[in-house]
Amino acid sequence: MINYFFRRLLLTIPVLLGITLLTFLVMHLTPGSPADTMTDMNLKVSAQAKSRLAELYGLNKPLHVQYVRWLGRIVRLDFGNSFRDERPAIRKIAERLPATLLLNILSMGLILIIAIPLGVLAALYQKKLFDTVATIGVYIGFSIPAFWLALMLMILFGLKLGWLPLSGLHSINYDDLSLPGKCLDLARHLVLPVFISAFTGLAGLTRYTRSSMIDVLKQDYIRMAYAKGLPRRRILFHHALKNALLPVITIFGLSLPGLIGGGFIFETIFAYPGMGRLGYDAIMARDYPVVMAVGVIVAFLTLAGNLIADMSYAIADPRITLK
Amino acid sequence: MLAVFIAGCTKTPSAGHAPNNRANHNNGDAYIASSIGDASFLNPILSSDSSSGQINGLIFNGLVKYDRNLAVVGDLAKQWDVSTDGLTITFHLRNNILWHDGMPFTADDVVYTFDQLRNPSVKTPYGSDYELVKNVTAIDSATVRIVYRRPFAPALESWMIGILPKHIFSNAGDFNTHPANRRPVGTGPFMFSEWKTDEKIILIANPRYFDGEPPVSRYVFRIIPDQSVQFLELRNESIDEDSLTPDQWRAYPEFFTQYNKFNYPSFSYTYLGFNLTVPLFADKRMRQAIACAINKQEIIDGVLLGNGRAATGPFPPQSWAYDPSVKDIAYDPARTRALLTTLGWIDTNGDGYLEKSGKTLGFTILTNQGNKMRMLTAEIIQAQLKNVGIKVAVRVLEWSSFVHQFIDKRNFDVVMLGWSLARDPDQYALWHSDQTHEGQYNFMSYKNSMVDKLLEDGRTTFNTHQRKLIYNRIHRILAEDVPCIFLYYPESLVAIHKRFRGPEVAAAGIGWNFQKWWVPAGEIKYKMHYEK
Repeated sequence: MINYFFRRLLLTIPVLLGITLLTFLVMHLTPGSPADTMTDMNLKVSAQAKSRLAELYGLNKPLHVQYVRWLGRIVRLDFGNSFRDERPAIRKIAERLPATLLLNILSMGLILIIAIPLGVLAALYQKKLFDTVATIGVYIGFSIPAFWLALMLMILFGLKLGWLPLSGLHSINYDDLSLPGKCLDLARHLVLPVFISAFTGLAGLTRYTRSSMIDVLKQDYIRMAYAKGLPRRRILFHHALKNALLPVITIFGLSLPGLIGGGFIFETIFAYPGMGRLGYDAIMARDYPVVMAVGVIVAFLTLAGNLIADMSYAIADPRITLK
Repeated sequence: MLAVFIAGCTKTPSAGHAPNNRANHNNGDAYIASSIGDASFLNPILSSDSSSGQINGLIFNGLVKYDRNLAVVGDLAKQWDVSTDGLTITFHLRNNILWHDGMPFTADDVVYTFDQLRNPSVKTPYGSDYELVKNVTAIDSATVRIVYRRPFAPALESWMIGILPKHIFSNAGDFNTHPANRRPVGTGPFMFSEWKTDEKIILIANPRYFDGEPPVSRYVFRIIPDQSVQFLELRNESIDEDSLTPDQWRAYPEFFTQYNKFNYPSFSYTYLGFNLTVPLFADKRMRQAIACAINKQEIIDGVLLGNGRAATGPFPPQSWAYDPSVKDIAYDPARTRALLTTLGWIDTNGDGYLEKSGKTLGFTILTNQGNKMRMLTAEIIQAQLKNVGIKVAVRVLEWSSFVHQFIDKRNFDVVMLGWSLARDPDQYALWHSDQTHEGQYNFMSYKNSMVDKLLEDGRTTFNTHQRKLIYNRIHRILAEDVPCIFLYYPESLVAIHKRFRGPEVAAAGIGWNFQKWWVPAGEIKYKMHYEK
């Protein structure tokens, strides 16, 4: 398995290269350049000043030269400076990462806690009232526009009832609060974003758990277990659930990049300082170094997520061996 | 925050300039502003976005500034002289101005700032304003002499740019990536305190500001990227200022019980610009015919909900260059039809659109995505021109491709755009015939030797009265020539929390006296916590 791991790791290198090359090309083929967003239609900026900026950013070089230069820096783990504010791209990402991780880990945790029991119960009461209600519930969450729900809940809990703050991550007086006060303040700001992102993300995992549980319950070894006279509870939670959760591991591994990727619309509504807004703003400003840095990190995590999913699958299911 | 205050106070170099007694002046409230986007550089010569500009304006001072009536008055300079040939400007600086870190401000800082503006490795977009400067010399610590190659009247406005502290930047490191670009040290009424990327920027009142410590002791710039959420925050009273859209301006009065609303004309206009190299628009009568068919009031009522006024030319009404005697082209569809008939456009096949030698009279209006007002305006114009038999298509494009593939390449019939204008009326870049190359701003390709001459005179004349006459003439000629249809001057709409006393609309807008705004003792909402 160690062997397999290293082979897979080596394979990620050409894939990563391909991804960066594509991202690079797409970004550069998009009309507009980083100097433009600062200078277009700005009467204080002349055409000469514009071309001088392009030169300073190295944008007058041929595309392949720019790419090779970028690659040369990336090998030394230098992601370059953002064009927008001249700060290292990697620092800008590191700055956003904690907020994004906090939100995503909380909402992912909430999804796990709700979705798996919901899926299992829906499978047990298949085609009964509970199943129908659960299915409708998760599909409502899946199909409701998150921004709309966010606005409605903001109006209800923020404006009308005054229980929760509307947007942002900290209150204005955050720095003046005591430590427990700070935690409470942060928690109050997180309630709505975590709830909404969990509610709108429940459907996938619930449905996977449900169908995989239904499959397992039809297996011969479950019938065997019943025939042996094992208690129902032990059959369900020991024999069936363990097997039913195997595919869920894969789903979870694949959602690893989602942990650091943020939703742009979501973060915009909640004025949440996360990765989604960083990436979106970088694309709109043609801030190539930041776009590329985000791209590389997300690509790497996606590949790592796949690998981890495969590996943990082998560990969890002795029927599978990796060669 | 206390640490910053103490650090600021203890570093006072000379005795006799102790900070004012804070208890008397500082009443401790905070002003919470909001913005769609975060700042980029808190360095006035590197930043070009409005968020950075807003913050930099509170932290830095220029040599001169505009007063409430848009007259140029001293800021860091107490006075200045312009030589009779207009080539030399001598600024006499105020004494005893201190940087926020306590170091004295001197003429060397001005020279240093200018050197950076002209330094080829500095990523400033503003270098071109200073191309005509031959040299900048510090005569002594309180006098700066600036010599121009040619007289340049807008020069004074260009010295409103924030002056940077030489002692901070010159000690080490690259200018573009210098840490002070995120922790600025200025001379202005507010001092930098904290910047949480994409969340907020906090400034605190400068107790040693030469014009008196601002009564508002904390300025918080919150980044709220969604406009509807901004409005909810306003209704929740968690922000003290919000710029409103016309429909928000007309929202239920109970939303604004705690706010005062202000409206004033912004320094901008929206226009429908013709590509004058397209043969269809070469004839002035065609442009006039189109202008007569557009009902500006209907657009202002429909799109701006009345918060704007019809434009007659390139200068907004609050500018001294504006000529109130210039009459707007009257809405007169009958005249349009008459003019078009003279030009040979007649509806021969009865489809409602005019034709000439088998071609239907029509064109495409291009505009950029993301500006709802412009899109709606284009649609109204489309309907209005249909009434007189002109077939208009509207095409909305992503900003970058709009600018680079269509405007720069002159690949358009008609564009719908707007200009945000400087307070100085010099519009050389917009109308002069040598500004028609790719990337320059006379993309309508307007060429009029009379206007060229006037624009050149306007830049070299320092006497405001004479300049006024020059720009009044430009206003009149452009209104007559119709190189574009000046549609409207939109209004800025702002709500400000009632507890702030002092906001007042003037020609300069609303924030011109922000450093004097105050809150009565009983209405203070945010208490300052000096202790952590």
